[in-house]
Amino acid sequence: MAGKTLYDKLWDDHLVKQRDDGSALIYIDRQLLHEVTSPQAFEGLRLADRKPWRIDANIATPDHNVPTTDRERGVEGIVDPVSRIQVETLDKNCDEFGILEFKIKDQRQGIVHVIGPEQGATLPGMSIVCGDSHTSTHGAFGCLAHGIGTSEVEHVLATQCLVQQKMKNMLVKVNGKLGPGVTGKDVVLAIIGRIGTAGGTGYAIEFGGEAIHDLSMEARMTICNMSIEAGARVGMVSVDDTTIDYVRGRPFAPEGEQWDKAVEYWRTLHSDDDAVFDKVVELDGADILPQVSWGTSPEMVTGVDGAVPDPDREEDPIKREGIVRALKYMGLQPNQKITDIKLDRVFIGSCTNSRIEDLREAAKVVKGHKVSPTLKQAMVVPGSGLVKAQAEQEGLDKVFIEAGLEWRDPGCSMCLAMNADKLGQGEHCASTSNRNFEGRQGFGGRTHLVSPAMAAAAAIKGHFVDVREIMN
Amino acid sequence: MRAFTQHQGVAAPMDRSNVDTDMIIPKQFLKSIKRTGFGPNLFDELRYLDEGKPDQDCSNRPLNPDFVLNQDRYRNASVLLARRNFGCGSSREHAPWALDDFGFRVIIAPSFADIFYNNCFKNGLLPIVLAEEVVEKLFQETYENEGYQLSIDLEAKTVTTPSGESFGFDVDDFRRHCLLNGLDDIGVTLEDADLIRDYENKRRETAPWLFNTAN
Ligand code: SF4
Repeated sequence: MAGKTLYDKLWDDHLVKQRDDGSALIYIDRQLLHEVTSPQAFEGLRLADRKPWRIDANIATPDHNVPTTDRERGVEGIVDPVSRIQVETLDKNCDEFGILEFKIKDQRQGIVHVIGPEQGATLPGMSIVCGDSHTSTHGAFGCLAHGIGTSEVEHVLATQCLVQQKMKNMLVKVNGKLGPGVTGKDVVLAIIGRIGTAGGTGYAIEFGGEAIHDLSMEARMTICNMSIEAGARVGMVSVDDTTIDYVRGRPFAPEGEQWDKAVEYWRTLHSDDDAVFDKVVELDGADILPQVSWGTSPEMVTGVDGAVPDPDREEDPIKREGIVRALKYMGLQPNQKITDIKLDRVFIGSCTNSRIEDLREAAKVVKGHKVSPTLKQAMVVPGSGLVKAQAEQEGLDKVFIEAGLEWRDPGCSMCLAMNADKLGQGEHCASTSNRNFEGRQGFGGRTHLVSPAMAAAAAIKGHFVDVREIMN
Repeated sequence: MRAFTQHQGVAAPMDRSNVDTDMIIPKQFLKSIKRTGFGPNLFDELRYLDEGKPDQDCSNRPLNPDFVLNQDRYRNASVLLARRNFGCGSSREHAPWALDDFGFRVIIAPSFADIFYNNCFKNGLLPIVLAEEVVEKLFQETYENEGYQLSIDLEAKTVTTPSGESFGFDVDDFRRHCLLNGLDDIGVTLEDADLIRDYENKRRETAPWLFNTAN
């Protein structure tokens, strides 16, 4: 019999019941909650007169709607009344059911996918869900982490289980070493460019290979975060020393004898040598350049030395139509060089790239430079209050402020522009977030997805530039 | 949940691939704490010429005449024809809520994004995968025949055109069962409460660290 993949192992460990009809009950170790996708789930519980199954499995925080300024005022500081009600509703629900919540004024507040790992509430081998598609982030720890809808949030609250169909296994292997200036973000954008936004649909993706295991946990989280942009609900990296070192000493991490026992188990969380994947994709790390997206889907991406595509050269009529539409929305010309795209704003933040390492990389690039006067705004939004504090301790805030970037309070911010931070119509933004969909960062806004280093370089120049030129 | 057995209704062609859930229902409408009322804002940025705000009366907003659902012949559509990878992106269940609130009962596409596909079933909405050539044919027939209606039978797993041509589709048994009977799947899961408890107790012994609270 062939060996097991990491996904097979995680699946088997969480299987409560395999039903005859092919569906299965999977036990959920951790649920993360935020204000946008939970109110209707709590309401559903109440209407059916049900209680949460295991209260201590849940952790909540408001992130999508919170302002990134004026935070001393807490909930009162949320100007938009509809946003405020949503945050207050989360507070009320958590208080009522006794769920641990990092409220808006708590230093531990932040983007759900940043605080889980930061607290050690994300541990290797766990099954983790959240009413948010970027829950795949947590797979970086060798977890089975799914994004789910609100009905499923309610289902997990009520039963601690999820009804699942087992997915197929895909291995994305990045061989060799990455070049200087090439980050986790560039790796994942290159992967999406290769397999497409639906390439991973129906699969759980494991990212492996030398280049992946050379990366820090932050970079692995960036990669797993964007699995969903490749269509896969689940993205994972197997456990190694980097994983274990990251987890050690965090608030929810085990200690003493429990720690030793846990580590012994965590060391088994990798695909067996003879495991068989349904699909394998290989990339050479050395071939990956800093990436920039030019269109309205994350697969519309190219190296910084590239150009906007010419729809006349696309043979698939549906794809051609997509390119034509994207170029019109983005206000770009066929064959225009990426480095000729002028920018209006720069956003460094989001659950993809707002961790301490991301901020360090961006700060390194802007240090000693000034933001281009042609930009309207460049902002840095740390992923959590603790990331913010750490960055300030390292003096990164000063580097950003001196260079002319705004230093904000933690939250999702301009990643989806549910709060006051948004793009104006027609504005181009270099963004370290994960989605360049039409209107994502503001009505008529034009998003280009890049790494923090590339965003920082673009902030200095006012247009895209190969960050490697600035680093030299 | 509302049961789904059969449905017949006007088809509307949403002729673009990779329609994401941000497009189906933009973020500003996600601030609602209810499950209903999203219909007027379905496809908001495509449907209206101005920028939509939450809690706004949409009846006086300028409509985009080029958008398919604004054309008279599709106004009462309840079957949405779509292209590849429909529903990609955000997990927001507000997307199926909005489609449902508008009046859609069925969505037919060559492929769907996983989370969206799953969310549909939880809301009595039936997503159907048909081969790309079949979907293409349905698009053409819809364009050519005003008032073109499709009949969907979940029991028989078929989509039938006005000329009587029928196409079979696959759907997994559990989801079909829940939809046909309008079952609340939390109730179904809770029938196995003892199994869940047994599993949990075992895990408490073998992996106690999974039950830790913060130090
Ligand atoms: S940062 Fe963006 S992608 Fe991440 S959870 Fe927030 S809104 Fe979603």
